[in-house]
Amino acid sequence: MRPAWRVAKLPFLAIVLAMLVAAVIIIASTVFTGRGFQPLLPIFAYLNLFLGAFGSGTAITNTLVAAAPLMLGGLAVGLGFKAGLFNIGVAGQFLAGAFASAVVGANLAGASSAIAVPAALIAGSLAGAALAFIPGFLKARTGAHEVVTTIMLNNAAALLLAWAVSDLVGAPGFSFPRTGEIGNAALPVLLGRNLHLGIPIAILAIFVIRWLLERTTLGFEIRTVGANPQAARYAGMRPVYLVTLTMTLSGLLAGLAGAIQLLGVIGFYASGISASVGFDSIAVALLGRSDPIGILFSALLFGAFRAGAPLMQINTDVPIEVIDIIQALIILFLAADLIVRRVFRLRDRAPEIKGLDTVTRSWGDQAAR
Amino acid sequence: MDGLLAIPRLVFDLGSYLLLVMPDLLPIILALATPLALGALCGVINERSGVVNIGIEGIMLTAAFTAYLTGFALHEALGSGPALWLGIAVAVLTGALLGLFHAWLCVTVRADQVIAGTILNIAAFGLTGYLNRLVITPSGRGGAGVIPAVSLPESITTLPVVGPVIAMFFEQGPIAMSVLFLVIGLQVLLFRSRWGLRTRAVGEHPRAADTVGIDVFRLRYRNVIAGCALAGLAGAYLTLESTGSFQNGMTGGRGFIALAAMIFGRYTPIGSFGGALLFGAITALGIVVNVRPPDGDLGTLMKSIPSFWYAALPYLVTVVILAGVVGRSRPPAADGIPYVKEGRG
Repeated sequence: MRPAWRVAKLPFLAIVLAMLVAAVIIIASTVFTGRGFQPLLPIFAYLNLFLGAFGSGTAITNTLVAAAPLMLGGLAVGLGFKAGLFNIGVAGQFLAGAFASAVVGANLAGASSAIAVPAALIAGSLAGAALAFIPGFLKARTGAHEVVTTIMLNNAAALLLAWAVSDLVGAPGFSFPRTGEIGNAALPVLLGRNLHLGIPIAILAIFVIRWLLERTTLGFEIRTVGANPQAARYAGMRPVYLVTLTMTLSGLLAGLAGAIQLLGVIGFYASGISASVGFDSIAVALLGRSDPIGILFSALLFGAFRAGAPLMQINTDVPIEVIDIIQALIILFLAADLIVRRVFRLRDRAPEIKGLDTVTRSWGDQAAR
Repeated sequence: MDGLLAIPRLVFDLGSYLLLVMPDLLPIILALATPLALGALCGVINERSGVVNIGIEGIMLTAAFTAYLTGFALHEALGSGPALWLGIAVAVLTGALLGLFHAWLCVTVRADQVIAGTILNIAAFGLTGYLNRLVITPSGRGGAGVIPAVSLPESITTLPVVGPVIAMFFEQGPIAMSVLFLVIGLQVLLFRSRWGLRTRAVGEHPRAADTVGIDVFRLRYRNVIAGCALAGLAGAYLTLESTGSFQNGMTGGRGFIALAAMIFGRYTPIGSFGGALLFGAITALGIVVNVRPPDGDLGTLMKSIPSFWYAALPYLVTVVILAGVVGRSRPPAADGIPYVKEGRG
């Protein structure tokens, strides 16, 4: 127990502090609403948030369903961090994965599930990987910083996919451009109303990536390139190849996240489907310290936030966007952990947040390569 | 179509088409380039002093919101004119305050600067969305509108040759006009003044700057705050000069395109402005083709390109330009590296 608490202490306190500050924001903003000053509102809001996330069997499955794409997205960002890369393109790769799996799924809607489901999942993963290959390759070859290129590709992908769904693959007979029914390509429901196959797939991915990072040569090389690219080069590793490959793998995970969300929850691709998984994944990876097991738990936490937020908004009129505020605050308190240490008067050196110190350095390396 | 000659002919047609529509195109380009140029200037001042700022997007969005909120709350009490000017002041102040926050994270706390910018971006999206849903949407009321352009007497606009140029310049609102002065002013200051020399020293070699008595921390703080105030002005432009309304996430990646313009402009104010104009021109093309398509083969070709492609073009060009130009655009040597005084932790 002791070592586990040592690792989890700072993230846990960061969450607590973030929710306290968000509570202050909720109270302060009650004066704008015309319903008067409501000092107890955060208590009701958080209570509803909790009930929406864990209050019933359905609530718990909703939390798991919301957590599954976050596990994969968090792994995508976390894997990048390990190699010193910041993949902010998870949102775009998620959309690419969702789109590809929707198109393949719609075409195989009548085939047997044993063929349609794997084919659609693979198509989604490959689409995400292909989209992430571009910034990875450009970073490795030309030094174009992945933070800017991935965000540009997010915007471009959303627009081009909107065009594809309206002009190329739109299904007839709907009032708005969307892909056809996925039929047998839908992920099988394992339990209850909506606990689909994507959840065990995401958990499996956690352990696969953990194995990859800790037990394989490739994982060792990825971590070395992230920790010290110069040393990696002297040791005979190929940073160009490793950066491209890591980014592509990261996109593969993000694409798979899009695929399971589409095949398990949404059912069709239309422009404007939520890609909030993209930015949530950054918070998940940071909170989980880029460690697969840490990502598992932080994805469950943010899944609970996402699953519980609608009930909170319905019952207490606190806007869902408060979740984004809490996320930003959690990242703030992790990045500036001296705030947490001061507020809670921590004397001992709890382990610092790792995986954050390798990102900015590459900005200056743009030209150096 | 006569194969070989078709492509040069299309290029020629495109050139003459662009010349033909340039008078219509130019004001649109300037309008589209304004927030990008202001964002890029923010980037230049920040990175020249050694602080990476990818939070420009979030600062713009927050300032766009606070500017709109000020106009929204005060235009009935004060009249729309004073409310709009107050809104601009509030936006600049918002930018400066977020700059203070960013500087604190990057200079004092020595947090990872890319993460610090990401915090700004996520927080901005959440906070503005939250307050928009809580305050503005339920009220069903509008904002204070947009700042009117200065109207010139006819004796000036009808002058031969220079008349239309001056008129076009004044058709832009005050913020867009101020960009031209800011670009030239900052270019001169950065390369011809004591402040500029010190700023570049702090961004290239903070240890050397410290040795000759420049306060690295203070200069970085001041520059980050001043730069972010400009990003705030860009936000005010979006809501109070350009659209007159606020939508969630309305910055739409402009803060990041601004960074690309900065890199394209090799970290100089004038170069960044050129980059911003280039992106403005690409976006404007998609608009003009819809309004006034060219004739002949070129027209058929350009109209056959779906509007989604024109919309995606600036983003794709950003990627291509970054990949092509970045090897020759060198960031300041100490960019992104927190400064630690010797003998301290």
